[in-house]
Amino acid sequence: MPSDIWCVAEQRRGTFLPTIQELLSIGKKLARELQEKLTVITIGSGVESAAREFGKYGAERVLVVDHPALAHYTDEGHARALAEVVRKEDPRALLFPCSANGRSWAGRCAVLLEAGLGTDVTELTIDPQSKTLKMVRPCCGASLLMPLSCRTRFPQMAAVRPGAFPRAEIQAGKTPEVRKIDLDPSRWKLRTQFKGFEEDHSQVKDIAQAEIIVSGGYGVGGADGFSLLEELAKLLGGAVGASRRAVDLGWIPYRHQVGLTGRTIKPRLYIACGISGQIQHLAGMSQSDVIVAINKDSQAPLMKLCNYAVEGDLFELLPALIEEIKKSKG
Amino acid sequence: MIGDKLHIVVCIKQTSSSTNAQFDAKKATVQAAGAQAAINPFDEYAIEEGVRIRERLNSKATVHALSLGPAEAESSLREAIAKGCDGATLLSDPQFEGSDTAATAYLLQKGIEKLGKLKGPVDLVLCGKQTNDSDAGVVGTQVAAWWDVPSAASVRKVVEIAPGNPGKVVVGRMMEDGTDTLEMSLPAVLSIVKEINEPRIASLKGKMASRKAEIAVWRLSDLEAEVEKIGAAGSALRMGETYPPPKRSGGEVIEGKSPQEKAKKLLQKLKETKLL
Ligand SMILES: Cc1cc2nc3c(=O)[nH]c(=O)nc-3n(C[C@H](O)[C@H](O)[C@H](O)COP(=O)(O)OP(=O)(O)OC[C@H]3O[C@@H](n4cnc5c(N)ncnc54)[C@H](O)[C@@H]3O)c2cc1C
Repeated sequence: MPSDIWCVAEQRRGTFLPTIQELLSIGKKLARELQEKLTVITIGSGVESAAREFGKYGAERVLVVDHPALAHYTDEGHARALAEVVRKEDPRALLFPCSANGRSWAGRCAVLLEAGLGTDVTELTIDPQSKTLKMVRPCCGASLLMPLSCRTRFPQMAAVRPGAFPRAEIQAGKTPEVRKIDLDPSRWKLRTQFKGFEEDHSQVKDIAQAEIIVSGGYGVGGADGFSLLEELAKLLGGAVGASRRAVDLGWIPYRHQVGLTGRTIKPRLYIACGISGQIQHLAGMSQSDVIVAINKDSQAPLMKLCNYAVEGDLFELLPALIEEIKKSKG
Repeated sequence: MIGDKLHIVVCIKQTSSSTNAQFDAKKATVQAAGAQAAINPFDEYAIEEGVRIRERLNSKATVHALSLGPAEAESSLREAIAKGCDGATLLSDPQFEGSDTAATAYLLQKGIEKLGKLKGPVDLVLCGKQTNDSDAGVVGTQVAAWWDVPSAASVRKVVEIAPGNPGKVVVGRMMEDGTDTLEMSLPAVLSIVKEINEPRIASLKGKMASRKAEIAVWRLSDLEAEVEKIGAAGSALRMGETYPPPKRSGGEVIEGKSPQEKAKKLLQKLKETKLL
């Protein structure tokens, strides 16, 4: 009988991405409803001791596959490793982060396990009768929501959009059962080799992990204008995003682009400066908890869709806002 | 390889360019009267990268476009030829309808297998990052899984491509914190992000070739595919009826006589909602 909710902890160079805390918060809710165990599975090299920490976020069990050949994520290696463990242990559901690698990992595993996979999931519940996952994902550039379910076959798989759920809080006094699983990837004849990593040297935070994003569009007027946004973002502990127009003009690198052909994010607060709010931009950010729009034009689409609309020149408003925040911080 | 030429296949999908269109869950595609059908914008980068690899290899490569979809998707395949592909094939059968991404990937892989048998083994498959309608973004990885070959997603650069026995490809993978470099033996599947190139517009020569091109249409019976693995019945994922998201609360205009006053009021609001 399949049982338990598994959360997949993604690591980069030995550090876990914070998405695992989000998976644990929703995972715990599902596990409670089912009265089943909440398990974390992680695959990497030298990650065992760090993985023990998941107990304090509510994990009752931690499964670790630790092997030098699996130090860095590859589609082939990680999908095979995870699929082997799943076949042995028979979990009810697998929750992945829908990050760049998490999405790919989940996709490859779904084929290996012949399992149904929902991607970009933003809502997740359990069907009480069939004990299967009920998922919802935005589609068509976030203009519609689509319910998804898997055929009653296990495991059921969801790749959860980063930021869709709150992070699990630290709780006292829980020691999870930690189990190491032995696999020998050196026998798998893997055909993908990790050759190296080059860090992105821009000082600003990545948008995927930011709870607050200050985003700029054509109204920002140039690369110089973005330094104003950066200043605000740093002050708020956030990251800088951009519209495609700003990216295409070379004002800021592509990785900051939010939208249909950029990245999809769901921060708690999105401050759009000089962005009109075309549908392709909305596709990437309309799921944000709270949206502030700063625009000269009160009729811009985003000014109508946001929670707080501030009409005015961003070159006047942003310095004033920065000033106010500094004052209130003392 | 086809003789001494690297055999590249680009998987493309025809999607609606209108974002207001209704999503048809049964067909897993956007259907709308008046919505203009076009190549999935992400796939344009995959086509362009295929063409650039051919140029890099001094034409010792052929680029073939492959699509799964209704008969109308033929027009997108012609567009792919106009943009530089050497040929194209459409996989089309009513029985394919309702396939989820894994089933779609299965059929594409069967198409790739057949192309390999007819012309020469396929060395490299390129896919766009995701489609602009159902946005699953995993078809490339899943084609590789069915095929049991290496794959990489979020590819922002093809650093090196070397045909041979076995050939290899070195790619840069765009990550949240920087770029990973990966080396894979061929055959391999790459899912490509927009940053990789700037797609060119169709040349006159390309447009002429696209008009003349014969595009084969393969049905289920043309592929060595198991019917149990495809269509709505063969798909593990079920898609329900779409609905519009709830309206956003608020819509509050922050008033004030000066930028300072507006800034102060905004900050207060953000503090009230415990965001700051
Ligand atoms: C297939 C496709 C994919 C696309 N993908 C994306 C995508 O991923 N992301 C994306 O963002 N776009 C995307 N687009 C482009 C999108 O359609 C818009 O062109 C783009 O989002 C517009 O960017 P913008 O809002 O910065 O510029 P504009 O629409 O020009 O808006 C600029 C705004 O700034 C305001 N402004 C000007 N000066 C000031 C000032 N001093 N102070 C305050 N406000 C000011 C103006 O009033 C205006 O509202 C895509 C388009 C297509 C066709």
